[in-house]
Amino acid sequence: MKLTSQALPSSENFQANRAAHLKGLADISAAAEAAAMGGGEKSRARHVSRGKMLPRERVANLLDPGSPFLEVGATAAHGLYDGAAPCAGVIAGIGHVQGQEVMVVCNDATVKGGTYYPMTVKKHLRAQEIAQENHLPCIYLVDSGGANLPNQDEVFPDRDHFGRIFYNQARMSALGIPQIAVVMGSCTAGGAYVPAMSDVTIIVRDQGTIFLAGPPLVKAATGEVVSAEDLGGGEVHTRLSGVADYLAEDDAHALALARRAVGGLNRAKPATVQWENPEEPAYDPEEILGVVPADLRTPYDIREVIARLVDSSRFDEFKPRFGETLVTGFAHLKGCPIGIVANNGVLFSESAQKGAHFVELCSQRRIPLVFLQNITGFMVGRKYENEGIARHGAKMVTAVASTEVPKITLLVGGSFGAGNYGMAGRAYSPRFLWTWPNSRISVMGGPQAAGVLATVKRDAMERAGETWSAEEEAAFKQPTIDMFERQSHPLYASARLWDDGVIDPRRSRDVLFLSLSAALNAPIEETRFGVFRM
Amino acid sequence: MFDRILIANRGEIACRVMETARAMGVGTVAVYSDADTGAKHVAMADVAVHIGGSAPAESYLRGDVIIQAALDTGCRAIHPGYGFLSENPEFVEAVEAAGLVFIGPSAQAIRAMGLKDAAKALMVEAGVPVVPGYHGTEQDDALLAEEAGEIGYPVLIKAVAGGGGKGMRLVERAGDFTAALASARGEAQTAFGNADVLVEKFVSQPRHIEVQVFGDGTRAVHLFERDCSLQRRHQKVIEEAPAPGMTQEMRAAMGAAAVRAAEAIGYAGAGTVEFIVDGAGGLSPDGFFFMEMNTRLQVEHPVTEAITGVDLVEWQLRVAAGEGLPLTQEQLTITGHAFEARLYAEDVPAGFLPATGTLSHLRFPDGARADSGVRAGDTISPFYDPMIAKVIVHGPTRAVALKRLSAALRGTKVGGTVTNLAFLGALAGHAGFGRGDVDTGLIARDLEALTEVPGVAPRHLAVAGMAALNLFELSDMAGFTLWQPLRRSVSLISQDERYDLTVEVLSPVRQRWDVAGREVWAERRGDLWQVDGVPQPSVALDKRVVTVFDHYGLTFEVVDPLDQAAGAAGDGNLIEAPMPGLVKAIDATPGQSVAQGDRLAVLEAMKMEHGLLAARDGVVAEVLAKAGDQVEAGAALIRLEAEA
Repeated sequence: MKLTSQALPSSENFQANRAAHLKGLADISAAAEAAAMGGGEKSRARHVSRGKMLPRERVANLLDPGSPFLEVGATAAHGLYDGAAPCAGVIAGIGHVQGQEVMVVCNDATVKGGTYYPMTVKKHLRAQEIAQENHLPCIYLVDSGGANLPNQDEVFPDRDHFGRIFYNQARMSALGIPQIAVVMGSCTAGGAYVPAMSDVTIIVRDQGTIFLAGPPLVKAATGEVVSAEDLGGGEVHTRLSGVADYLAEDDAHALALARRAVGGLNRAKPATVQWENPEEPAYDPEEILGVVPADLRTPYDIREVIARLVDSSRFDEFKPRFGETLVTGFAHLKGCPIGIVANNGVLFSESAQKGAHFVELCSQRRIPLVFLQNITGFMVGRKYENEGIARHGAKMVTAVASTEVPKITLLVGGSFGAGNYGMAGRAYSPRFLWTWPNSRISVMGGPQAAGVLATVKRDAMERAGETWSAEEEAAFKQPTIDMFERQSHPLYASARLWDDGVIDPRRSRDVLFLSLSAALNAPIEETRFGVFRM
Repeated sequence: MFDRILIANRGEIACRVMETARAMGVGTVAVYSDADTGAKHVAMADVAVHIGGSAPAESYLRGDVIIQAALDTGCRAIHPGYGFLSENPEFVEAVEAAGLVFIGPSAQAIRAMGLKDAAKALMVEAGVPVVPGYHGTEQDDALLAEEAGEIGYPVLIKAVAGGGGKGMRLVERAGDFTAALASARGEAQTAFGNADVLVEKFVSQPRHIEVQVFGDGTRAVHLFERDCSLQRRHQKVIEEAPAPGMTQEMRAAMGAAAVRAAEAIGYAGAGTVEFIVDGAGGLSPDGFFFMEMNTRLQVEHPVTEAITGVDLVEWQLRVAAGEGLPLTQEQLTITGHAFEARLYAEDVPAGFLPATGTLSHLRFPDGARADSGVRAGDTISPFYDPMIAKVIVHGPTRAVALKRLSAALRGTKVGGTVTNLAFLGALAGHAGFGRGDVDTGLIARDLEALTEVPGVAPRHLAVAGMAALNLFELSDMAGFTLWQPLRRSVSLISQDERYDLTVEVLSPVRQRWDVAGREVWAERRGDLWQVDGVPQPSVALDKRVVTVFDHYGLTFEVVDPLDQAAGAAGDGNLIEAPMPGLVKAIDATPGQSVAQGDRLAVLEAMKMEHGLLAARDGVVAEVLAKAGDQVEAGAALIRLEAEA
């Protein structure tokens, strides 16, 4: 039951791994730090000089003192738009308000006036998706000039663009998921619908404005000259228009009013799982950096990671002697029962069958699933295709796609090819998807991709009677290898919100717990599986 | 002995009487007002009877209702405590007419001592020395001024029917006499319904020494003296027994005089004969003058109990039940030395203004006697004296007892309201007091040093912030963030100064505070937090008030952002009540023009009348209160028209 680690923290190998991981971690940390600074010193100083709290201070003062904050998309838009939108110009994450878990979406007006870049929209929608799936009340701290006009074609027209924000608000409100807006700055054009579509709206005097068209556009359209405050300030909206419900004197007051509003929601977390007394792992999570090889290609026993994630390092492994490249089993994480599905090598037919079986078990018992992804893919070759590995893989994919229990996915290594599907990749709607700095994601490995392309080219050349030197082939392959290397990096992935964020592996236990805890705000529905190809 | 008695009082004295009664197997009945529904004395009693509204006139001063309560509950006697009806001869007569026993002197004895001039005449007759003065019934202004001149300034004007400092004025120069007279009369009239005054020689370095007497209606004994010279505006602050520097000879002379005074009026029960003693040239047997006799148990009786081993309340009950005096004069002895400090809910830096609040915490150290009428969770209401407790210590010598007093005050923890604890602590450490060089002017002379406000250190603010944000006991996920910690703010107000703090909760056991630009670390080791490298003092939090138990308790108000609406209304046009109290008079009418310094209202609080003055010239826009209103601190009373 209790896992036994083979790791030697004093070993050279362990220390080398640790050093390599710390280096990768430092890159992520620096990126996150830069993102948290928003639009830079000048812009922040100007923001503060207007009597406004900085966005992260707003979040801090909205949340309960000492509340954890599980930030989503902390490095979103990293390296995009020439670095113009740190953190995608919006902070999102889960924290506690009056003891309840809520989703906070906070515009950062120091970043291009809080306007919505394509990634801003994607992040806002992702935050709403998390809120909707997990029944988390939404609090929008609004301070945004609306759509980023130079990027209008990528933020306005499509289904998952700006308009979807308000669609989601209406749908969530209908589901009984509270929508609360605090207007702490501009709220222009489409943005005006965030407060207007909320259940409860608070606006800050002399700071918050809500209008469909700002003074410049009004002047251009009708010639009317009007100040922003008279057009749509707090006085107007709480006294005349009724667009907002409460008038706050300043940011602190507004946030206190929002806290009071959450206090009055009359909600309770549903009873879902049977909690046990939490216990620390027998092995220090700090050691994760040493037990996980620095090189993705070096195989290692995933149980070394599990031993550093779960309570007392206790793991009730299911089918340990069958399909050994997939490790499945039951454990508790800070008291919460979980089913773990973890890769321990390439997936074979037996591993996939076992995975499908285990997911069915957890669904039956309504136990949340944690996927530890480190997968190069399904085994290839005649033997495997002929025995129907696609059929067996499909069973696992069907099970993972169909299950209604919360799935939390953590990329602890590679995420390549169809293995990504069976292991609850982004397309399989895990409630949360987190990655480690050493993880890599792509349809296949860079060298393999380059090899495929080179083979196709060589075949064509040979058909044409041409020859191709080894040097030429290597030169042909290098750009593809480089491209895959760059695009599979976790910061590249996280910038595009293919995941919810890169995390410090040593905090995995905390992140998984907070993810599970958030997920358990929604009742666990009964699962109905699709047709399994037997 | 009585089967059951009713205690016609509240607070600590009601509790004190009940304790002895209970120890003697005597049943207790409490009476209470609306405000005291959940009070300690109500909880302590076997039976409690509601007698009316919160204002004393509607409850504790209603003799008829109290007597009916005693009859309804089968009581045989009524103990009046001190204050309220304790020295009201009509009440005594009514009690007796109802067939009950009044635990105290006869109506006649109270009357004899109630009117000061008559009392003095009586004392002169009994051979008790008195201070030169005018005690005539003729109350003509000019005559009084002339008499004052004859006695020689400085003189004291005192209400004939007074006590407790009410209606008392010190006049240093003839020119001030008329104004002081008017004000003394006004106060006397409101307090006692009798504006008559007497004029006395003012003793320059006076000590207040009083003798505890106990009579059986014919004969009396004395239980030695108490020195109550540490006074602030005639309010006793720290009392002790015996008096420092007292000689056997003088004690015998004062005791004999006090016994003569009691026997002269056929005194029964516990009483106190107050003397003014000229301390200018040391104590001498001919240097004491009769001031007045208090015909009740005194607030400071516990110091006498501490040095004599006598339970004065037990004596009161036994003598009232018909027993003789339990001990003879020869059997009474002094053992060691005792002090009593009066702990009040008062804002000392604001000029000793009475304070209110809910006691979030109340603890007294072991080894000290604490007579208290409140418990943790109780409220100090504006309706009554804001006393929290009397802290009493005893020791073999004065020096030891005084050390014990200091230690007891340091160990006393009151949360939820400001208190005079630091002031008491400073007084207990006063060098002159330590030497026994006491006189009634000591506190006034050294007030600045005694009320020096202890500095608030960054660590105190951080600890208060931790309490305000509830950051002591944190869950294991506290402070989790993926990367940068979140920085939360909290604002505190201490001694009218606002402090804006921020904190980063880094983990359940580590916090980084920013206190006015200074970094303060809070780190938990086991069960205790180290804040700025120092173990965290204990704290109490009640809603919005944090008390940090260091320097006798540092009080911080937590700024609630939701208070904005109230803040926005604050302006210079309002005259507000500076403290909770009773509106005695409103001297303004809407439309009236007023000049800066004009008195617009009078607020009575803590036995004092406070004139509320116009801060500027203007026109009265609105009068928001009327005479007789009981108001909270900060209540708007009068609004001036906004300045153009």
